[in-house]
Amino acid sequence: MINYIWSIIVILSVICSIFLGNTESLSSAFIDSAASAVNLIITLAGVICLWSGIMRIAAKSGLTAVFARLFSPLLKPIFPRLDRESEAFGCITMNLTANLLGLGNTATPLGLKAMRELQRLNGYGDTASDEMVIFVVMNTASMQLIPTMLATLRQSSGSSAPFEIIAPVWISSGCALAVALMIACTGNKLKRRLG
Amino acid sequence: MPAFAAVILIFGLIKRVRVFDEFTEGAKEGLGTLYTIAPSVLGLVFAVSLLKTSGAVDVICSALKPAADFLGFPEELVPMALLRPVSGSGATALLVQVFQDSGPDSFAGRVASVLAGSSETTFYATAMYYGCVRIKNIRHTLVAAVAADLTAAIMSVITVNLFFYGNQ
Repeated sequence: MINYIWSIIVILSVICSIFLGNTESLSSAFIDSAASAVNLIITLAGVICLWSGIMRIAAKSGLTAVFARLFSPLLKPIFPRLDRESEAFGCITMNLTANLLGLGNTATPLGLKAMRELQRLNGYGDTASDEMVIFVVMNTASMQLIPTMLATLRQSSGSSAPFEIIAPVWISSGCALAVALMIACTGNKLKRRLG
Repeated sequence: MPAFAAVILIFGLIKRVRVFDEFTEGAKEGLGTLYTIAPSVLGLVFAVSLLKTSGAVDVICSALKPAADFLGFPEELVPMALLRPVSGSGATALLVQVFQDSGPDSFAGRVASVLAGSSETTFYATAMYYGCVRIKNIRHTLVAAVAADLTAAIMSVITVNLFFYGNQ
């Protein structure tokens, strides 16, 4: 799937640039984008290593387990096949907690670790397991208790009430998450019935 | 965020974890993570920048204008809604643009805020998470994720109308 989307984006861009006469700026974007990607990766390197280090302390001290216990009643029905004591389940709960608190940079390394654990349980195949689908989908639907970044942007643009959008954000993201989970779970059930 | 880190450190010290040793060990794992995601990040940044500079984004936007009108979705937000699933920083840049053009407390500004708060960089996250464990067949992940983004776009208009303008 990602193969097709990626190819379509690139091919569509080239075709558009030919019709719109932007071929020259496209040529420079071709090269510049690679450089800016490396910049982004280097910027990411610091935070990823830093938080991986800190989260390892959290894991070793048993803090992960504390969070997992708090959230597991909510997450157990969503991941029925995972053991509550397993490392995968712990990483998932910590990732979702960090997302909820708006710690995007903390959430990513934990999410990647969760994926590696799920992949181990998946027997290193090349097809996503049910749990992976649900986990990735939950990560693509944003859930944030307090969107601090958004409020900061609003305030700096001169909003009179930067936090007034919180309730609509909750409702809107709640609906988005519900739709995503519904489709993901229905898809998983369909496969089980057919297979 | 620093408070979060401090809580973890204090908890670690209480539990007698050798915090610095574990920290460096974890940072080493982080490098490994980075090594596995770097190729996907590069590929995606490349594709998104082509999409923006070629003018393809504008073409798609004008094609989607009738659908946006039908939903009552502000026309000036179409580029942001489209960019949101692929590029977080790109969408943030467009969000600030909307704030500057129409003001953060305008209808467009509020819808843009709610949309930004309730959607994620879907394609980026999907590619990164599956890329790091070399999953090729992602099954119905994208269908569900795109449906969530679409729901967020529709709900952002509905909730803003409901909360700030008292009608549907």
